Amino acid sequence: MATAYAQPLSDASEPADKTGAASMTAPTDDEAAGMPAEKAPAGNPLAAKVKEQALALLWPVIGILAFLGAWALLAPQVDTSLGTLPGPFEVAKAGAGLYGEYAAANDAEAAFYAQQEASNAAARASGNVAAISDFEYSGSPTFLDQILTSLKTVALGFALATLLAVPIGLMAGLSKRFNAAINPLVQIMKPVSPLAWLPIVTMVISAMITSADPLLPKAFVISALVVMLCSLWPTLINTAVGTSSIDKDLLNVGKVLRLGWFDKLTKLVLPASLPYIFTGMRLSLGVGWMVLIAAEMLAQNPGLGKFVWDEFQNGSSQSLARIMFAVIVIGLIGFLLDRVMMALQGLVSKNRTV
Amino acid sequence: MTPTRHIKGHFSFDRRGLIAAVLASVALAGCGASADGSGENVVAATVDGAIEKPNLKLGFIKLTDMAPLAIAKEKGFFAEEGLNVTLEPQANWKVLLDGVIAGQLDGAHMLAGQPIAATIGYGTKADLIAPLSLDLNGNAITVSNKVWGMIEPGLPKDAGGKPTHPIPASVLKPVVAKFKAEGKPFNMGMVFPVSTHNYEIRYWLAAGGLNPGYYTEGDVQGVVGADVKLSVTPPPQMPATLEAGTIEGYSVGEPWNQAAVAKKIGVPIITDNEIWNNNPEKVLGLRKDFAEKNPATTAALLRAIIKAQAWLDADGGKNRKEAVEILSRPNYVGADAAVIAASMTGVFTFAPGDTREAKGFNIFFDKYAGYPFYSDAVWYLTQMRRWGQIASDKDDQWYFDTAKAVYRPDLYLAAAKKLVADGKIPADSVPETNGFRGEQGGFIDGVTFDGSKPNAYLAKFPIGLKQGQKVTAAGVTGG
Repeated sequence: MATAYAQPLSDASEPADKTGAASMTAPTDDEAAGMPAEKAPAGNPLAAKVKEQALALLWPVIGILAFLGAWALLAPQVDTSLGTLPGPFEVAKAGAGLYGEYAAANDAEAAFYAQQEASNAAARASGNVAAISDFEYSGSPTFLDQILTSLKTVALGFALATLLAVPIGLMAGLSKRFNAAINPLVQIMKPVSPLAWLPIVTMVISAMITSADPLLPKAFVISALVVMLCSLWPTLINTAVGTSSIDKDLLNVGKVLRLGWFDKLTKLVLPASLPYIFTGMRLSLGVGWMVLIAAEMLAQNPGLGKFVWDEFQNGSSQSLARIMFAVIVIGLIGFLLDRVMMALQGLVSKNRTV
Repeated sequence: MTPTRHIKGHFSFDRRGLIAAVLASVALAGCGASADGSGENVVAATVDGAIEKPNLKLGFIKLTDMAPLAIAKEKGFFAEEGLNVTLEPQANWKVLLDGVIAGQLDGAHMLAGQPIAATIGYGTKADLIAPLSLDLNGNAITVSNKVWGMIEPGLPKDAGGKPTHPIPASVLKPVVAKFKAEGKPFNMGMVFPVSTHNYEIRYWLAAGGLNPGYYTEGDVQGVVGADVKLSVTPPPQMPATLEAGTIEGYSVGEPWNQAAVAKKIGVPIITDNEIWNNNPEKVLGLRKDFAEKNPATTAALLRAIIKAQAWLDADGGKNRKEAVEILSRPNYVGADAAVIAASMTGVFTFAPGDTREAKGFNIFFDKYAGYPFYSDAVWYLTQMRRWGQIASDKDDQWYFDTAKAVYRPDLYLAAAKKLVADGKIPADSVPETNGFRGEQGGFIDGVTFDGSKPNAYLAKFPIGLKQGQKVTAAGVTGG
């Protein structure tokens, strides 16, 4: 699934197509043909570029609008026991409702702290030291809090996965024997679903973290570990593949120059296999985000997965719309994460063919 | 409300009893009552001192009877007692139980059977206690439209054309036989192997002559010899599984019965108040070591919840509407307000158009609802033995010892008496008792229950394990 940047090494004039979408060739419409070829006015290249971008967006926008239209038409046809399936408007309203709840929760939190301050001031004034309280607001997490929690959890899980997968992948790529040794283990552990890992990880973490007030909440650690276990495989495999496909000439050069293993690693192996590593990491992040939502539902980590499960348990007439809104948010965040990784991959892969 | 001062127990005023009573009143600080089923009244524990742990996290499941916790938070009762409590909904009963045992939750809204099962080692073994009962009643059994259509024509009707209540399970016998003739199993759902809903539906089925199945040792399926197969389904999934036809009925707490009515996918056939009048339902579950390490915190927690319970039942239910609004918020029960109100405001809807008065559908404070009677724990233990979850016979003393290890009325009394002293609750809402209710009636099959004679009680049932019987995969043996 590596994106091919078919770009001659010496040419620097053509910028790489960062979006990765099929680039539109310059439209040969009448206006462009009618323009004078020499000395075009300064605004025109910009206008042409804007037009090019707009046309690039045209088909995706058409696709999205068609989907929304189909959704709005078909959803009322499906009658579940919770009412008809929500259409785009109901889901948008649910989103607005969630924002309203967020705003209300912020107000409640501010009021709580103001009241605590007031009662503390009164207590200090009357000399009643025991009545001074220093409580944190204990309301339920808002939708935005839950998004942040999910992002933090996936970040930890992904970081752990990368730290584990890259060294192992490098070793597997460089040593055929090591690769043969770990290959059966990798193939067996790769297809295991996150919900199958969850009980094992829960038992282990519950046994290991025994303090009543740990640094990181248990649910957070459990979710991050499950994300790690499921998402390290793409990075591992891609790193191994990338490392093993280093040009043999380069390795021979290293032998001739008698490079130490550290120099060999940093000057030969890593630069050559970085594009593969980043491809693997991009896949891993996608898998990790998917796994996280599932893991949170049972591990009780207060993120988007728990939001969806709690709404399902509510079973109210609003529940389906809110769940769908959360699904859209989950998808959008996954898309954004993918774009971020793709940008990083682009930075790393300049001047390289994969 | 008649104060039950005539509690029949074993009030022995002989010298032995008197000395024991004196010793018991000297023993302080949550040691609990004496070690047998005899007559000394429960003595309140002594709790003094500052709150050890003001920041608490309590777990709950999205059912209407978590109301005391939500009210205690929203109406400021926790804050009044100096506590900062976070309420966190849990995915299911197993996750909630594990959360309390592992320490992530300081306490939880629990099924009455959970601290009992944990203490006797059925499931994860842990020392849990129940210092307070959250409510009485609050459950119902709902059957699918298909089954209702099969039995409704044959039901005896009253003058208004509505079926007379209570409807015994014997009306299901022809339906079960029909399913069997077609080679299909008759499945019903409940929420957890040690849940009150499980014991109530089993009681109702057995009272109607249907066998709900036995548990072999260490097994959680419980379908040996069953006419009706019971399976565990999480409450929110029950309406969906009922619609899909995977189960033909379920026993669950509110709002899931009224949710089925609102969605027109099922009909409640009987409430648990009709199976056993004023039965104990959920409890507040805590770890035993939590209560020992944090006695003042536990007392403050109980005081706040008792105040919430009193608020819920105040003035014949004037606060219930506000309670419904609070519970319908997405971070509490989250169901539509109309569905919650259908069971919280003194009425209950059965078949479409059949809404009846049900003043006692859920009781939070009246009739000593909060007091954790030992006899309630003994009832649950007898039902666990009746169906084989307790694999072998135990003598009466074992029942009493287990009940006293788990249910802690001494802690309840410490909190309640302080509230009485402060004038927050009336003095006659706190019973003077040895922890046993005495002989209780109000069961659908007419059998009476005396908590001080568990083995004699077990012998009264036509369906259920008898003395000396055991369950194997092949069936019930011995006896």
